[in-house]
Amino acid sequence: MGFDVLLKGSNMLRLLTGLWVALRISLISALISIVLGVALGSLMSLKKPVITVISRIYLEFIRIMPQMVLLFLVYFGTTKALGINMSAETASVIVFSLWGTAEMSDLVRGALGGIPKIQYESSFSLGLTTFQTYFYIIIPQIIRRMLPLSINLITRMIKTTSLVMMIGIVEVLKVGQQIIEANRKSSPNAAFGIYATVFFMYFIVCYVISMLSKHLEKKWKS
Amino acid sequence: MDAEVLISYFPLYTKAFGLTVKIGLIGIGIAFVIGIAAAFFSYFKVPLFSQLSKVYVELFRNTPLLVQLFFIYFGLPKIGIRISAEVCGAVGLGLLGGSYMAEGFRSGLEAVAGSQTESALALGMTRGQMFFNVIFPEAFSLSVPAIVANVIFLLKETSVFSAISLMDLMFTAKDLIGLYYNTTEALFLLVIFYTLMLLPVSILGNLIEKKVRYKMFGA
Repeated sequence: MGFDVLLKGSNMLRLLTGLWVALRISLISALISIVLGVALGSLMSLKKPVITVISRIYLEFIRIMPQMVLLFLVYFGTTKALGINMSAETASVIVFSLWGTAEMSDLVRGALGGIPKIQYESSFSLGLTTFQTYFYIIIPQIIRRMLPLSINLITRMIKTTSLVMMIGIVEVLKVGQQIIEANRKSSPNAAFGIYATVFFMYFIVCYVISMLSKHLEKKWKS
Repeated sequence: MDAEVLISYFPLYTKAFGLTVKIGLIGIGIAFVIGIAAAFFSYFKVPLFSQLSKVYVELFRNTPLLVQLFFIYFGLPKIGIRISAEVCGAVGLGLLGGSYMAEGFRSGLEAVAGSQTESALALGMTRGQMFFNVIFPEAFSLSVPAIVANVIFLLKETSVFSAISLMDLMFTAKDLIGLYYNTTEALFLLVIFYTLMLLPVSILGNLIEKKVRYKMFGA
């Protein structure tokens, strides 16, 4: 079945190193997206016309453009059009941050809009200052709503980073391909075992993280 | 940007557009069928099938389509299951989408008020009638936002097909860049064609969502 190839040499270790390359890109992008997304989402909930129009266009473009197209636009497009020569890893971090920021800002806007006005009014009438209102009343509620969704975004980010092999980054799928090529003679069925292994690697990583998000969601529902 | 180049590329893109939409639609169709079936099994807790559909949903929701396609297209032939790239694309998209749809329908089914089930049974409906005539239509309208999001997501995911050498939009763009190096034109057309495919779906989806929001039952 081709699972024996995994035990040859350092093949398993190579696959795990490849997985880490993909995970590193997604974690860096997720971190950037969360920070920028919170900022953009807060800006959007100010409801200033200029910000609304620009952010709507940005969000809609990201919503309908496949991440693969964005990768090609940034990696190949900027090189040709602007003469900027960036590494594939930089390009993918930029793309996934652009995408994640759009998703995150929409979530933040939704969470901010979902806080009833009465919460602000009650805390003001109790004599709390604006800072106290946000710090003790509003932000804790928003974090409770946002955290499960942000964790979800991280798993989606991890799944999407599998695309980076298409712009030449050597991540887990590419490493798998290389191992299959190298062992073509000795174990012709390696493709089955290797790709099944990669499948389960992604599954384990994303499943654990999504369980965490489900757990938090349940815990905070009441 | 060179207009002549754009015009000469245009037919190639329309052909690829047709293929992308075709496989995308077949995949989404499969996704609906699988999603409804899986939601049905888990709603009625059908022994064995409900456990199987749970495993299936978790497996396919937590892995990327690219990895699934590689496994189906390059891995399965090694144990004797050989399918063409087109079938593989549609089946892969259907399996991925089925797991997302199942989750969407499940949350819709859970949101249907319990009194609806009781009323239907009190009227003498069988459990099958109750599901298909009462519970499912209500759950469906509750799941519309999730379904719209999933359809857009699945159409976007078709861009991954180029990895198993299906001649879709992405493949055409990549091919043309490699052959003639007219990167700007090739990427411009790529963006245009994906906008043509997805902007109407996005706008229509928003309209449908607004419409069904007024048709909430039982709540």
